This record gives sequence, structure tokens and C-alpha cells, in this order.
Amino acid sequence: MTYLPNILFAITLIIGIGYFTKNVKKLIRNIKLGHDVDASNNKSQRWKNVINIALGQSKMVRRPISGLLHVVVYVGFIIINIEVLEIIIDGLFGTHRIGLKVLPVSVYGFLIGTFEILACLVLITVIVFWIRRNVLKLARFMKSEMTGWPKTDGNLILYFEVVLMTLFLVMNATDVEFQSLNTGNVISQYIAPWFSGLTEGTLHIIERGAWWLHIIGILIFLNYLYFSKHLHIILAFPNVYFGGLNPQGQFNNLDAVTKEVKLMMDPDADPFAAPAEGAEDDIPAKFGASDVQDLSQIQLLNAYTCTECGRCTSACPANLTGKKLSPRKIMMDTRDRLEEVGKNIDANNGEFKDDGKQLLGDYITAEELWACTTCNACVEECPVSINPLSIILDMRRYLVMEQSAAPSELNNMMSNIENNGAPWPYNQMDRLNWKDE
Amino acid sequence: MSETLKVKTMAEFMAEGKQPEILFWVGSAGSYDDRAKKITKAFVKILNAANVDFAVLGQEESSTGDIAKRAGNEFLFQMQAVMNIELLNGYEIKKIVTCDPHSYNCIKNEYPSLGGSYQVFHHTQYIKDLIASGRLKVSGDTYKGKRITFHDPCYLGRANNEYNAPREVLQNTKANLVEMKRHKSTALCCGAGGAQMFKEPEKGDKDINILRTEDALETNPNIIATGCPYCNTMMTDGIKAKEKEAEIEVLDIAELIANTGNL
Ligand code: SF4
Ligand code: SF4
Repeated sequence: MTYLPNILFAITLIIGIGYFTKNVKKLIRNIKLGHDVDASNNKSQRWKNVINIALGQSKMVRRPISGLLHVVVYVGFIIINIEVLEIIIDGLFGTHRIGLKVLPVSVYGFLIGTFEILACLVLITVIVFWIRRNVLKLARFMKSEMTGWPKTDGNLILYFEVVLMTLFLVMNATDVEFQSLNTGNVISQYIAPWFSGLTEGTLHIIERGAWWLHIIGILIFLNYLYFSKHLHIILAFPNVYFGGLNPQGQFNNLDAVTKEVKLMMDPDADPFAAPAEGAEDDIPAKFGASDVQDLSQIQLLNAYTCTECGRCTSACPANLTGKKLSPRKIMMDTRDRLEEVGKNIDANNGEFKDDGKQLLGDYITAEELWACTTCNACVEECPVSINPLSIILDMRRYLVMEQSAAPSELNNMMSNIENNGAPWPYNQMDRLNWKDE
Repeated sequence: MSETLKVKTMAEFMAEGKQPEILFWVGSAGSYDDRAKKITKAFVKILNAANVDFAVLGQEESSTGDIAKRAGNEFLFQMQAVMNIELLNGYEIKKIVTCDPHSYNCIKNEYPSLGGSYQVFHHTQYIKDLIASGRLKVSGDTYKGKRITFHDPCYLGRANNEYNAPREVLQNTKANLVEMKRHKSTALCCGAGGAQMFKEPEKGDKDINILRTEDALETNPNIIATGCPYCNTMMTDGIKAKEKEAEIEVLDIAELIANTGNL
């Protein structure tokens, strides 16, 4: 009978962590639907980026107010989670505040005191975040892709934080023994009086209740991540590690195309005898991307990492001038389609069954893709090194090389380049005329 | 203008058995577009004044393929690139300068893996070096006290992290440099990039060049300085749309320097 709480706790923990692991496996499987990219180069720079951009949040402070607020929640979240370690040990072994047994009272008090202050700061920050989203209605949270689940998700996570932080403080406030130590209860000592007049037994029940709800809440939170933009608290790290290292203006050269072009440019063959179109037919490779499987694993990881913060979209010249294109939507669509493909695979015994849908057209329209100026503002802004532009480019490649579906003005421009080496219909022989004009 | 520009082609250099110091990649806009040709000439004046022994490819030059690539036509891009690389390598070109940030980015970053590795400069970087080494002397009060705001080209700034060269060069005009709210890494695109220059914009509530022109107008400038022929067109159109062409000039940094030095 005395072991019942321990067993219950262990079961809760196993279910919570087990379900999480299952979803992580699914996530990895889905990401692996993309094609492999070699990112084994320049490890030291990659680690530096992880430390500066992911851990150090260097890009967040480009917007000082939200950047600072985010740092508070982030630091608070990480540090307060040290407390979870104690909860798990206590829960499994039936101890109470094991930290007090292994640490000097002053050190323990200092730790818990710090957690309490952080919890309080997190509470305040989360309220500010809520106001920004729901009262001030910041433009970037009000775009058309931020309705429905993304909007609910953004708020849910804030409520989660409020509940978890409150439970933590109540747990401390109703712990008679802890309060009597009078160390570390920097904040909870002011909450304790609210419960005065209750018997020690009732207090104990409240304390236990808060304790259980806190740990269950954390496990729910852990499992909620997979369905939420909050996955970024984990994925930001690998995503930044695999982020681009080249100058942002450098777009990848497609190897499959290089092979074809080298063949055509063979000195033994007349380079103009084999137009690009004709050569496409005899190569099986698909050029560009029309669905998630055509994207790279890094691009798919990008999609799962997106925090839906909209910093990219709020800097996008196309979006700022009312065009449909929103780089955040590109990432959200990619994730949604990837999830759909993943569910399709689950439902069909591990095989993807054609569902007559694809990323291009059903999620992202050509109109959005053609509005991009390739200005890199979205890439520059993203706090977690996501590159929406690379997906836009790959889908344009599909439209142009597989479907010849470019806007007609662009087709004219391209045939001019093909025929006379300039985007305008001028004679190449006139290239130097400016000299004598 | 009465002065004659000294421009030699690579073929002429070859015939004389000589190598130029640097190749000037004029680019399609700089070769054909009436407005951009003025920028090309201004830059040549600068090269002449600094006694730079440069060459152009002339009729042998062809599109870098940059625009085709950003439009999604990787085939056409690589065809152009491989052709150009063959030509450049045949002439044993080592250094290239261009007034077009798109050509700059493309040749510098996208040609190497296709076999073309060169030292590539944007003209503002090259002018900066010419001034620093004392080869080019720019003094003159043409723009003294004027307010100049510089519009960062995406493909020089964010794409290649070059924000200082154009600003340093502009110091030589003795004008007051005023920054737009969005500048350097947060600069707004002029709207021409990614092949937009060659098509109608998608439906929206405003053209991008108008929004960017409004950014510039907020600084109350006498002059909007550009470092890209396409930006120049976009900003010029923006100023016209705002009916400010009588008060505000849109000039490339090469033109500002050539005018300052009375070259
Ligand atoms: S690169 Fe395209 S999507 Fe990204 S900010 Fe610029 S226009 Fe928008
Ligand atoms: S791509 Fe980056 S900047 Fe854009 S919404 Fe996602 S996380 Fe934010």
C-alpha cells in the first residue's frame, strides 16, 4: 500500500515518456522522407552557431522587446526544469525534497529561491505575451495563416506556462515544512498566508495535489510539443546546427543538371544541337520540388522547427505590400503536408498511398511562389536559421523545369537569354555599343 | 560628353599578348539599359582616372544566368555559367569587377562549383580599394552638405554581408549620409530581385518599389544612392510615381564619385 504512489508515479512517467518517444520516432521517420544532404563540413562553425544562435539566442534580440521577453521565459523554463529532477527522484523513491538531504540548507534555499523568482518573472512575461497576441494584436500574429489551430496553439502554450508556474509556487507555499525552514521561499512566503486557517492535513493534500499536477502537467506539455510550434524548444538546436553556412545569396547548383549540361557541352557535340528541353526527357530525376518528398531533410527539419513567430513574414517585401506570399506560411504548409503524408504512411502499413494531393497547388500556390523577390529578408530574420527561400526556389524549379509553367513574361525573358545572351531581345553584337554612345 | 572613354576588350588584350589587371563584367543591364549604361560609363571614367588597365568582354559577354536561376531555370543558368566559365578560363581571368550585385553574387558564389573561381569585386568595393591605395583621388564639393540616403542592394548586403564599402565610398562625396529606418541587414528589397524585374507583380495593395521609395522619402534626401542598376530603375520609378523627380535624384555610387571627382 505504501508503495502505491511510487508505482503510480513510475507508470505515469513511463506512459508520458513512452508516448513522447513514439512521436519522436515518427518525427525522425517523416524527416527522413526528404533526400539526404551532406552537412558534415565545418563542424566548428556549426557548433559555434548552436551556441550563439540557439543557446545564446543572438538573433532574437534583433527585436529587443520580444527578444528580451523570450529570453526570460527561455531561461526560466530551462532552470526551473532542474526542479523536475528532484520531483522525479522524490516520486520514484518516495522521498520528500531529496535536495534538502543532499545539499546544505542554504544552497537548497538559494536554488529554490532562484526558481521562485524565475517562475514569477515567467508568469509576468507570459501575461505580456498574451496581451501582445490578444489585446495589442501585433500585426505579425494576425496574418491569415494564424487562424485556427496555430492561433489556439500560441495561446494554449501561454496558459500551460501559467498553470505550471502557479502550481510550482502553490506547491511551495503549502509545504508547511518548507515554509518553516524560511529559506528559499522568497515568493511563496507571500502566497502562504492565502492558505492560512486551513488545517495541516488540508494543506498537505493541496501540496500533494499541486505536486502531482505539476509533474503530470510537465509530461502533458512534453507530449503536446509534437503537435505544436513549441517543438522548436528541442529542434532549434539541430536545426541551427544544420543551418546554412554559405553566403545567403548563394543558391545551390543542382548536380543532376550539372551532369546534363556537362554532357551537352561536350566538345564533340554541338552545344546548340541539344536544347535543354529535349535533354530533360531522358533523365529520370525530378527537377525541383512539388511535394515534401522532393525536399531535403534539412528543409523538412526546418518545417518542424518553425516557431510561427512571423518575423520572416513581417520583413517580407511581398507580404508587406499585400501579396499572398508569406514565408511563415511556406514553412507551416510544408509541415502540415509532411504530417499528412506521415499519417498516410501510418494508415497504410508503412507505405505511402497516393492521395492525389501535393504540397504544390494543394497547399502552396504558384501565385505565392512567383511573388518572391529572393531578397533573403526572411532568412536573415529567422531566429532559428530556417530558410523558407530555398523551398520557394525548389518549387519554382519544378514549375519551370518540369511543367514549363512560368509566367509568360518570364518565358520571354528566358528565351531571350537563350537566344541572345541577355534578358532583353537585343543583339549580342551590340553589347559594347555603350562605349561610343 | 566630349571626353573619350578608354575601353579595351579582352580580345584586344590577347592580340597584344597582354593580360589586363582586372576584367570589368558589364552585365546585361549595364550593356543595354539606357539608364544603366550611364552607370557603366561613370565607372569606366573612374577606372580611367585611376589608370586601371582593365578589359571588357564586349560581344563575347553573355548573361550570367543569374536571373534564369532565380526564376527556377537551373538548366539555362548552368548552360550560361558553363559557357561563360569556359570563356573566362580561356582568357585566364583572375579578377573580376562588376556594377551589378546580381552578377557579383552569381560569379563569386555560384560559379566556383561549376569550375570558375575568380576574385570578384562589387564596384563599390573596388572603388574603396582604389581610394585607399591612393590610385583614385576624389575631391570636390559637388555634393557637399547634401543629404544622401543609401539603399542597400539585397545581393550585396544580406546576400554577401557587404554593408560598409558603399558607405565608406560615399564619405568621399562630403555629403551627409542619412540612413533609412530599414537599412543594412533589415533593408527592404526594391522589388526587382528574383526575376520580378521582368514580370508584372502579383496582386497586392502596393508595389514594392513604392514602399521602398517611401522609406527613402522619410529621410528627406536630396539624393538616393544605389549600387545596382535594377535598384536604380526601381527607385527612379518610385520617385517618379511620387512626383518628386524635380527635387530628388537617384544616382549610382559610381556616378556620385565620378561627379564628385569631376572625372
Ligand atoms: S526571399 Fe522571398 S519570401 Fe523571403 S522575404 Fe524575400 S520576398 Fe519574402
Ligand atoms: S521561418 Fe523562422 S522567422 Fe519565420 S515564422 Fe518560422 S521561426 Fe519565425
